[in-house]
Amino acid sequence: MILNAVDKKLLEEVADLNDVPQGAYNIRKNGEGISRNTTANIDIVTKQDKQGINVIIKPNTKGESVHIPVILSKEGMNDTVYNTFEVGENSDVVIIAGCGIHNSGSKKSQHDGIHEFFVRKGAHIKYVEKHYGEGNGNGERVLNPKTIIEIEEGGTAELEMIQIKGVDQTKRDTEVILHNNARLIVTERLLTYLEQKAESNITVELVGEDSSAQIISRSVAQDNSKQIFHLNLRGYAKCRGHIQCDSIIMGNAQVSSIPEISAFHSDAQLIHEAAIGKIASDQLTKLMTLGLTEKEAEDTVLKGFLG
Amino acid sequence: MLKIIDVKVTVDGNNEKVEILKKINLALENNKIYVITGPNGGGKSSIAKAIMGIIPINGGQIILDDANITDKNITERAQLGIGYAFQTPARFKGLKVKEMLDLAAGNHKIDNCQVLFDVGLCAQDYLDREIDSTFSGGELKRIEIASILARNLKVAIFDEPEAGIDLWSFQRMTETFLKMHRKSDSTVIIISHQERILKFADEVILIEDGNVTKTTSHEEFLKEIAHLDTGCDCRNDCIKGGTYDSKCGR
Repeated sequence: MILNAVDKKLLEEVADLNDVPQGAYNIRKNGEGISRNTTANIDIVTKQDKQGINVIIKPNTKGESVHIPVILSKEGMNDTVYNTFEVGENSDVVIIAGCGIHNSGSKKSQHDGIHEFFVRKGAHIKYVEKHYGEGNGNGERVLNPKTIIEIEEGGTAELEMIQIKGVDQTKRDTEVILHNNARLIVTERLLTYLEQKAESNITVELVGEDSSAQIISRSVAQDNSKQIFHLNLRGYAKCRGHIQCDSIIMGNAQVSSIPEISAFHSDAQLIHEAAIGKIASDQLTKLMTLGLTEKEAEDTVLKGFLG
Repeated sequence: MLKIIDVKVTVDGNNEKVEILKKINLALENNKIYVITGPNGGGKSSIAKAIMGIIPINGGQIILDDANITDKNITERAQLGIGYAFQTPARFKGLKVKEMLDLAAGNHKIDNCQVLFDVGLCAQDYLDREIDSTFSGGELKRIEIASILARNLKVAIFDEPEAGIDLWSFQRMTETFLKMHRKSDSTVIIISHQERILKFADEVILIEDGNVTKTTSHEEFLKEIAHLDTGCDCRNDCIKGGTYDSKCGR
C-alpha cells in the first residue's frame, strides 16, 4: 500500500490515524480499495454486484474495531459505495468510517456512501463518521452519506457524525428502526462557512416496546452558509424519544430546523427541542472578563459547543 | 489602589436620559475589603460593571495603580488584573468547569481542586461537568466565584455572592473571602446586603440613587441600620445599646 503525505493527512483528519490502523480495516482511495485487514472475528468481503463491502462481525465479538476510511485526492472523482455491516448478537464493537477529500483542482469531487447496519440482538455499536475536505482548488467537495440502521431487541447504536471543515455540499440521510428495548444515541456536529450548504435528515422509527432514541444535534453556521435540519421521530409503541437541536447562527448564514414528532401509540413519549440563535452575549462578556479577546471568546464558545 | 474619579453613567430611558451613576468618587486601597450596599436600583452593580468596563462611562476617570484605564476595554482591564463575579452568571453548553478554571487561571498555575473546595464543591464531581442548564443556581454561582478565586487579581469584585447560596455554605464562603484577603494583596469589593458579609468589611460604602451617600466602618453602619429598622431615635444611646433584637420598653 502506498500512502503519500496527502493521504496520511486525510486519514488523520477523518479517522485519527497516523498510519495503518490496528484490527480490521479497509481503506478506499480514489474509487478503489487499496488495503484491507481482517481478524478472526471480523471479516470484510467485496460486494460482487456493486461497489462496496460487507463487514461481518461474528456474534460475541467484544472490544474490536473496524476502520473503513475513504479518501479522495484526485479532482473530478465521483465515487459511490454501498457498505453493509452485519453486527452479530451480543457483540460490542467500534466502527470508524469517515471520508476525506483533497481537491486541488477545479472539478467537483464527490463521494456518496450508503452504510447499512444490522445490529443483532443485544449487540452494541459505536459508529463514528467524520467528514473533512481540503485543497486550494475551486472544485467543489461534495459528500452525501446515507446511513440505514436496524437495531434488534436489546441492541444499542451510538452514532457520532461530525463535519467540521471543508465540505462544500452535503446531504446526510439517516434512517433508523428500533425494535424492543433497542437504544439509539445520535450526536451530530456540523460547522459550515463561506458558501457551504448542508442538509441533515434523520428519521427514527420506534417500533419496539421500550425502545428509546436520543438525538443531540449541534451546529454552527457562519458566513453565507446554509443549513437545513429535518429531524423526525415516529413512535409506534411504548417508547421514548428526545431530539435536541441547537444551532448558532453568525454572519449572513441561514438555518432551518424543521421538527417532526409523530405518535401512533398512547404510551409514546416524544420531545423535540430546537433553538437557533447568536452566541449569547453574556457568554462572550464572561470570557472577556477572564482576559480573552472577543475573537478568542467566540472561538472558545464555538469549540465547547461543537466539542 | 483603584481610584474612581467623578464617574458618571447615563442610559437612555423612555423619553429622556437617566443618570444611573451621578458623580462617583472612591479611592479603594490594596489589601482591604470594601462592601458596597444600598437599596435595589441604586447603582451598585453599575459601579462594578463600570470598573470592569462592561458598561461605558459618560464622564470621569478610572485609575488603577496610577495607570488611567478609562479607555481600556474589558479584555485589557481583565489582563491588568481586574476580575468580576457576575450576579447572574452565564451558562455554557459544552464548556467544562475545569476548562473555565484553566481559562481563568491563564499562565498562573492553580490547584483546581482547592479552588472548588473553597467554594464548597467536590472537584471529583464537578471538574468534568459542563456549565450548562443542569447546574442549579447555587452551583452556578459557586463556579462563578471559583473562576475569580482562580485568578491572580489586583481588584476582585463579587456581585451579590450570597444570592442562591444556602446558609450552611455561607459560613464557608465568608471564610474563603477572608482567606483570599489574608493571602493576597487584592482590593476586594463585595456587593452585598448580608450583615455577615458587612461584618468583615474594612469599609462599607452606601450607594443610593446613583451617589455614594456614606463611607463608614461596619460597626457604625450596623448600628445605624439597627436604628433605622426600629425607628427609635434614642436607640444608639440607650442602655440596651442598639442591638438587633433588643426591645425598647418606652
